[in-house]
Amino acid sequence: MDITFLLNGESVELRDVSPTATLLDWLRDERGLTGTKEGCNEGDCGACTVMVTDARSARALNACILFLPQLDGCAVRTVEGIGGPDGHLHPVQQAMIDHHGSQCGFCTPGFVVSMAVAHLNGDQNHDDALAGNLCRCTGYAPIIRAAQAASDQPVPTWMTDTPPASLGSKIPSGGLGGRQPPSLSAPETLDDLATAYAARPDATLIAGATDVGLWVTKSLRDLDDVIFLNRCTDLQQIDETDESLRIGAGVTMDRVLGAVQDLHPSYAEMIRRYGSAQVRAAATIGGNIANGSPIGDNPPALIAMAATLHLRAGDHSRDMPLEDFFIDYGKQDRAKGEFVEAVTIPRHAPGLKVYKLSKRFDQDISAVCGAFNITVSDGTITDVRIAFGGMAGIPKRARTVEAALIGLPWSETTIRAAMTKMAEDYAPLSDMRASADYRLHAAENMLLRYWHEDQGIASNVLEVTA
Amino acid sequence: MTVAKPLPHDAAHLHVTGQARYVDDIPTPKDTLHLAFGLSTIAAGRITAINLEAVRAAPGVVGVWEAKDLPSDCDCSPSNHDEPMLSGATIHYLGQPVFLVAATSHLAARKAARLGQISFAERDAILTIDEALAADSRFEDGPRIWEKGDAGEAIDTAPRQISGVIEMGGQEHFYLEGQSAMALPQEGGDMVVHASTQHPTEIQHKVAHALHLPMHGVRVETRRMGGGFGGKESQGNALAIACAVVASATGKPAKMRYDRDDDFMITGKRHDFRIAYRVGFDDHGVISGIEFEQYTRCGWAQDLSIPVADRAMLHADNAYHLPHARIESHRLKTNTQSATAFRGFGGPQGMLGMERVMDHISHDLGMDPVAVRRANYYAAEVEGGQPPTPSAPPRSLPGKMKQQDIASRGSEELVENTGATGAIAGQTTPYGQVVEDFILDRMTDRLLSSCEYDARRAAVSDWNASNAIIKKGLAFSPVKFGISFTLTHLNQAGALVHVYQDGSIHMNHGGTEMGQGLFQKVAQVAADRFGVPLEMVKITATDTGKVPNTSATAASSGSDLNGMAVKAACDTIRDRMANHLASLHQCGARDVVFAGGQVTVQGESYSFAKVAQMTYEARISLSATGFYRTPKLSWDRIKGQGRPFFYFAYGAAVSEVAVDTLTGEYRILRSDILHDAGTSLNPALDIGQIEGGFVQGAGWLTTEELVWDATGRLRTHAPSTYKIPACSDRPDVFNVALWGGANREETIYRSKAVGEPPFMLGMSVFLALSDAVGSCGDGYPALDAPATPERVLAAIERVRDGV
Repeated sequence: MDITFLLNGESVELRDVSPTATLLDWLRDERGLTGTKEGCNEGDCGACTVMVTDARSARALNACILFLPQLDGCAVRTVEGIGGPDGHLHPVQQAMIDHHGSQCGFCTPGFVVSMAVAHLNGDQNHDDALAGNLCRCTGYAPIIRAAQAASDQPVPTWMTDTPPASLGSKIPSGGLGGRQPPSLSAPETLDDLATAYAARPDATLIAGATDVGLWVTKSLRDLDDVIFLNRCTDLQQIDETDESLRIGAGVTMDRVLGAVQDLHPSYAEMIRRYGSAQVRAAATIGGNIANGSPIGDNPPALIAMAATLHLRAGDHSRDMPLEDFFIDYGKQDRAKGEFVEAVTIPRHAPGLKVYKLSKRFDQDISAVCGAFNITVSDGTITDVRIAFGGMAGIPKRARTVEAALIGLPWSETTIRAAMTKMAEDYAPLSDMRASADYRLHAAENMLLRYWHEDQGIASNVLEVTA
Repeated sequence: MTVAKPLPHDAAHLHVTGQARYVDDIPTPKDTLHLAFGLSTIAAGRITAINLEAVRAAPGVVGVWEAKDLPSDCDCSPSNHDEPMLSGATIHYLGQPVFLVAATSHLAARKAARLGQISFAERDAILTIDEALAADSRFEDGPRIWEKGDAGEAIDTAPRQISGVIEMGGQEHFYLEGQSAMALPQEGGDMVVHASTQHPTEIQHKVAHALHLPMHGVRVETRRMGGGFGGKESQGNALAIACAVVASATGKPAKMRYDRDDDFMITGKRHDFRIAYRVGFDDHGVISGIEFEQYTRCGWAQDLSIPVADRAMLHADNAYHLPHARIESHRLKTNTQSATAFRGFGGPQGMLGMERVMDHISHDLGMDPVAVRRANYYAAEVEGGQPPTPSAPPRSLPGKMKQQDIASRGSEELVENTGATGAIAGQTTPYGQVVEDFILDRMTDRLLSSCEYDARRAAVSDWNASNAIIKKGLAFSPVKFGISFTLTHLNQAGALVHVYQDGSIHMNHGGTEMGQGLFQKVAQVAADRFGVPLEMVKITATDTGKVPNTSATAASSGSDLNGMAVKAACDTIRDRMANHLASLHQCGARDVVFAGGQVTVQGESYSFAKVAQMTYEARISLSATGFYRTPKLSWDRIKGQGRPFFYFAYGAAVSEVAVDTLTGEYRILRSDILHDAGTSLNPALDIGQIEGGFVQGAGWLTTEELVWDATGRLRTHAPSTYKIPACSDRPDVFNVALWGGANREETIYRSKAVGEPPFMLGMSVFLALSDAVGSCGDGYPALDAPATPERVLAAIERVRDGV
């Protein structure tokens, strides 16, 4: 593929790039820009964080699982481009020095970039902006002090990038001598995507690459036939009505978070924890659904909200309740050449609570993710949808528990009786994240937590202070 | 005066701009080869057939080596010569390197390394403590046992007795920069190695051994590491040797870095421990006797496990006087990664055993845990008191040393009679060292007062009385950590200092920089000795060609040892300059004053540069080496008697947590720390070590869980599954203060070592979790570590059941 992007303010054009060449390797090996570090090569440590600006926003992304074609039409800033062209330090760089925010220094470039992006965007929630940057030396305290100190400094002029037009769109869709026509490799419309995927149903669809990236960097798979979704703006729309939100499959999780922040605060808080800023800015809601993982965090929440999934194959579209999409471990109701186009969720779900349970609060895969959507009218449970991730081979509803609640009085007695039904719905596995017993027990207790929260009893450990 | 200033890290500007170079950032010649290991997929057994044709045929592959193809056994061990770089036929753990690939790129090497076709005959692996005990699979011929008095009798006759067991997991270092090395072949077969290592001399020695070269044929350079934490004391040997072997065989530069998952699978981690205890005490909680049984999984090779297990024994008392004590230590050999050095080096594990006992006694008596601890503290130091007079030194053993490993902590001992003091009357540790610098009583007073412990203790009780779901916990824990290598002869350091004719200063010493700020601290010493601004001092990479026979930068010893060595070198040159000026001015050398970048004598002032030029022109050497050896040490590790430590470093912490009793999730709400860094060489860097060490220690005991499956495969081998603390996991309120008192021993500017001791302050978080769990019922939590939400919830259930 042929691509163009800005690198630290300078235009770069690349011909025939390998679809799975990562930005990190290219920066370090081809450009000699070694400030960007490889810490884990799987998007979990943030040492490779770079700033990427497109028409929509400036975001921090993990360069280790970012493929070069994803950058077409973007502007990239590495740590070498965070300081001014004349050697001036960015305010976050100066603050990191002043507040002793670096020790071994290896994570520091990634922190500096994340901090500079948050600074640019006026984001003052430093813990959240830096949840995807691991530091093993400092204990984070001096880094946060630095971020706070820099926050009232003006944004340096050089930090504003204007991304170029993508090269893909400049090349006629007839293609260039024998190469894959750009419209097939990075379609710009839904129809083009449907056509391309119908023609090449074995191609790998790549949106944010937060999952596929690891196939390349960890499983060392060669992916020759890929279709990039980043240029397909049709997939990136959020359509709002009075009753619902239709979220395109290509909408990144940071945008989903923004869209549901006020409507579904509990879901939004789960999204905040589900992935770091870097992951949320790359990962898409469609990817999190389509990969069918039993521990994806979106599906249980969406199922509890009675979300509708929209699938597309060629000219044909179909809809289904999201829970029906997941058939068995590794198996979804998706035909060859069919792809996730969008998901629709209700605007109103006042009874929705989503509980994510993991060893670490931020940027950790769930042991259990429980979503509860319970409606109580006049003291009686009139509607209930409960779904869990991490409890079965697929994201799955707790039908027996639901049956033990519906129509009954909203009381602790009802809750405790229903808790005992959890074992009829789930037989979870033991793995490195949690034992089966703990998963089951915690899932039961999440229902009790829902009750306590409803009764106004303090039950959120994140809200307690010394 | 540059000493004691809170200056930034010397490389801070390079760090924040991305210019700081690590091994993988060094520009390489175009024909550089990249290496990767092919790993065993079983934990124990033999290779029955191996076919590497697909590896050799893979794109970019230049060479493939099995053990039989190597120029020697390429031993990587820092101790027992039991770690061949490649396995040969016998497999000892899952993840063990079996073959080596050299290719034209890192990715090509990684891809090729997965193509090996190996058939194994598996045997039952020894994976757990119980399996190792059943098979009597261990290092050394039996358990090491140290005794003081008659612990059994003291326990049996005490008014009260309790016993228990605590299990504590290991810990992955998770240095952000993975292991890496590069070898550049030189003329005449010599080798230059760049390595991310805490121990360049060990790399030099192992590479020389592998290539049959004298040590002078190998030069090792280390500018900085992206974190070490003990994980780069011995674990980088294999990469450096591999690079040197390939460079030697091909004549091309060779570079190797582990992908993160490989790093987890191949390299050693902190030792996990099981500690069983039986203790006798009175109604005030005062201990009369105690017995500990410490069991640790050392993994497949000896590495540094013997001194690690020794240090666990040496810290079994933590801060408490134990009149009668018996400590038994089992060093078990298992088919897992070879456990290695990690910040604290066994000290944290031994100490946590003792703190568990304190917690358990407090619960048993229903007493405030602080009161029980204070009741058992060592006697306070006598201010201005004289050190005790020497008694007969312990018997010297005819130390049988292995020539090749003498620079490693894993080597056998050379007992040296330094004229040090042995045990005399007074409060002694279980190993007979008099505790003469104990300051925790006063530190405890100050910390409890500054953090308002009593009021918060009451507030926590109130909260717990009125909250059913979220419970709070509060806990205090002290630290007393022994400073010195327990292998006495390692307590030495060298330095090389040049003053150039323009007055600029080139400084080099044997310590390595892994982020701790050692280079800056030592540079501050150098600048202070010459009375010049810090900018006059050039910090240079550690280089075995400049300062030879260095000890690992480990055991928190970096500034103590290298600071003194640099001071000695600087003073030698300064004295020469002073003598020259004094002779010109017909006065005494003492009348020559170096300060503020000027040299003043008899009312006349010269710039330092001018004096350098004058000294040069007078044909007086402006280059000097410096050397330091720690005094007063004498230690017999077999008997467990002597003075292994020059002094103790102290610290204390109070932490408050909140626990969700429905899921076991928790937060650290607040931590207050008071730490003893003596007269700090650089308070900003020292506080950095304390904050960072604390969070790392808390991580060890909370979310950092290593999980091996039944086949011996490590299932937590990347940050996606192994969870070190993230930003929001630090305490919401985090107050750190330095104690500020001078070291009573003559250390560099009376400072104290600070690398490891604060790590153990993280125990306060673990104990606070125990406190919160304990509020749920009558039973004792008996919490194991790491206290993941799952373990916390299980403990809550136990407490509720009144177990």
